[in-house]
Amino acid sequence: MMSKSVKSLLVAVFSLFIIFNSNVSFAQENGKEHHPSENTEHKGDFDVTGFILDHVKDHHSWHLWGHTSIPLPVIIKTDKGFEFFSSSKLSGEHHEPVVYQGNYAYKLVEGKIKIVNADGTVNEEDSKKVFDISITKNVASMFLTVLLLIWIFTGVARAYQKTGVKSAPKGFQSFIEPIILFVRDEVAKPYLGHQYARFMPFLLTIFFFIWINNLLGLVPFFPGGANLSGNIAFTLALALFTFIIVNVNGKKDYWKHIFWMPGLPTPMKIFLMPIEVLGVFIKPISLTIRLFANITAGHILVMSLISLIFIFESVFASAMAVPFTVFISVIELLVGFLQAFIFAMLSALYIGMAIEEHHDHHEDIPVI
Amino acid sequence: MVVGSVAAIGAGLAAIGAGIGIGQIGKGAVEGIARQPEAANDIRTNMIVAAALVEAVSLFAVVVALLGNSVGAQ
Repeated sequence: MMSKSVKSLLVAVFSLFIIFNSNVSFAQENGKEHHPSENTEHKGDFDVTGFILDHVKDHHSWHLWGHTSIPLPVIIKTDKGFEFFSSSKLSGEHHEPVVYQGNYAYKLVEGKIKIVNADGTVNEEDSKKVFDISITKNVASMFLTVLLLIWIFTGVARAYQKTGVKSAPKGFQSFIEPIILFVRDEVAKPYLGHQYARFMPFLLTIFFFIWINNLLGLVPFFPGGANLSGNIAFTLALALFTFIIVNVNGKKDYWKHIFWMPGLPTPMKIFLMPIEVLGVFIKPISLTIRLFANITAGHILVMSLISLIFIFESVFASAMAVPFTVFISVIELLVGFLQAFIFAMLSALYIGMAIEEHHDHHEDIPVI
Repeated sequence: MVVGSVAAIGAGLAAIGAGIGIGQIGKGAVEGIARQPEAANDIRTNMIVAAALVEAVSLFAVVVALLGNSVGAQ
């Protein structure tokens, strides 16, 4: 008991120290930078909304610390063809956006690549031609996750090839095996019945992909820190996979329940049809928004709590903000797992509803 | 200024709804576990799923409030 309280005291003191240091460096940064375009900077002009939204958004470079960041490749397509260049060419010595002369003159305006005129103003008409498929921070983070997944699962699969499924798991296998069994027993089997094996690869992939992305998003420094699963395009793409699998595998009963609900009077059938058709599209949209909103809300919460220190401009605010941040981060660990589980589970549920052959029992639970 | 406040009221209302919903789920789950302690694991899984669904609806509202805020501020 005694050692426990000493330990927590140490943690508190250490975090106070770190926050104090970062506070000082932050103040120095504020003092150094003088952008004529920005508001007159004096202490207390900390733009919380800007700071938080800047983190939540995607970037063309991966910020490491202070003024150091990794430039990422920019790939854009205009009517003059593809262009590749490093994003370091788009920012100058003091991290202000500079014009890069490629086929057109490009400049970063609020994180987006725009074509500018000779006098430096944004040419909105030409900017529509820019089709940006760069390796941004989120994409780089996703590649990292993919490599991680390949590394983990080829290793585990090789171990199974060597020793077979009957022998006791060894090493990393013993960490992964219970989770795979959890997905099989809690997600796939209850909703998919005897056909679960067909959809296990999809469910496992989506579960581990989302989970590892959520966990990497919680790491505040380099290999993590990208808000990937809080990016609506990313979650939409995942939900699209579910949408396609559900509708490709949909049996006759599934389509019948959508277009001509059995066992109802005809006016009601006509009334229900548009609602059911809408439901087909609303399901993946709700999957999209659930994951996006949960993860983004978590990131915003953590950033807001840290920002409290800079809003109150006092080291002592960290005495409250840091424990709260730790608390929320631990909750986010749970949420990260839970959202991956929920996504896989709802996907299984939707697939299960689509592949059901016969309807002995009518319990259509509306799941938003 | 006014725009921000209205969005905040919206987020607050969403929090009320989610609070009531998750409270009801917790109440139901604890009562169920008290009656049938052997079913605790099943009840817990279903409770978490239901809580996540309720929470998601409130987060929809928060996203709409945020969007309304940023659109209104322009």
